[in-house]
Amino acid sequence: MLNNIAALVGAPTAAIGDYESISTTTLSTATASITFSGIPSTYKHLQVRGIVRPTSNNADMRLTLNSDTGSNYARHRLIGNGSTVDATGTASTAFIGFFDANGLQTGTASVFGVAIIDILDYANTSKYKTVRILSGNDNNGSGQVGLSSGLWQSTAATTTLTLVMSAGNLDTYSSFALYGIK
Amino acid sequence: MAKTYEPIATTTLGSASATVTFSSISSSYTDLILVGNIVGQSATGGLQMRLNSDSSSNYSYTFLNGDGSSASSSRASSQTEASISFSNSTTVPSSFITQIMNYSNTTTFKTLLSRSSSNGNTLAYVNLWRKTPEAVNRIDIITSGGYTINTGSTFTLYGIKAA
Repeated sequence: MLNNIAALVGAPTAAIGDYESISTTTLSTATASITFSGIPSTYKHLQVRGIVRPTSNNADMRLTLNSDTGSNYARHRLIGNGSTVDATGTASTAFIGFFDANGLQTGTASVFGVAIIDILDYANTSKYKTVRILSGNDNNGSGQVGLSSGLWQSTAATTTLTLVMSAGNLDTYSSFALYGIK
Repeated sequence: MAKTYEPIATTTLGSASATVTFSSISSSYTDLILVGNIVGQSATGGLQMRLNSDSSSNYSYTFLNGDGSSASSSRASSQTEASISFSNSTTVPSSFITQIMNYSNTTTFKTLLSRSSSNGNTLAYVNLWRKTPEAVNRIDIITSGGYTINTGSTFTLYGIKAA
């Protein structure tokens, strides 16, 4: 079965849903963090999609909301590293961790890990916020894939998202895009 | 804000097939998302993917699997195709969603994230395609282990464009 898309969509497609691009950051130099601020509350959910290469091998990636660095987060992770499965959880912590560098920096320079982060009902002022993340990296012999969930114990509408490595920087060409879903 | 998440093409198989191809994929998006709902003609085998018709040993993957009683993880290096799903039923549909991140850049190797499920397991895959960085313009879904994709199976390719 062959789909030739040029033939199928000679005219622009029109069926576009309520999924909107809000902002994108692509790093031209290694940088400690990426922040999306001034996020409008006009969507139902947010999604962050990106590729990342850390400058340190011994680092994990972390998400905070509204620049809150208090112990207001909890997280759970299920990780497969190619041989074993690990499940971890942490309560009353200062961030939602979701991505381990896992030797990525010593691997081939063109290899990037990826992550998709969903922030559900992010603007609701009656509920705490729940985050779910699918992330992973493979480097032809090493790597991991993980499912993560996080809780931010705040009823504030989410207006800022910050992505930061626990050590080192996000390397050049790391790129994250923020989307809103209505 | 710019609306995005566009359906690019859909295939519903009118007859059983060992392959499904999406070609001439525009490079105007940021990410591609391939969604499949499939029934196989055998209870073993798996679903793989090749990008840009590359059948060299440029693929590798790591996966996480839960089968209802235990969890496991494994990997394979220097493969001739990416792995996205496997089947264990000829009657119960299985499904997968594969995300091809930053598929059109010519700077990085391409990393794919997949979630798949069937009546027997749930899986998460990360795949790496190590061919000299180039834009993905063709996706071939292929099969292994005598697995054939049955009539009625559906595949839809979406594009997401970042602002």
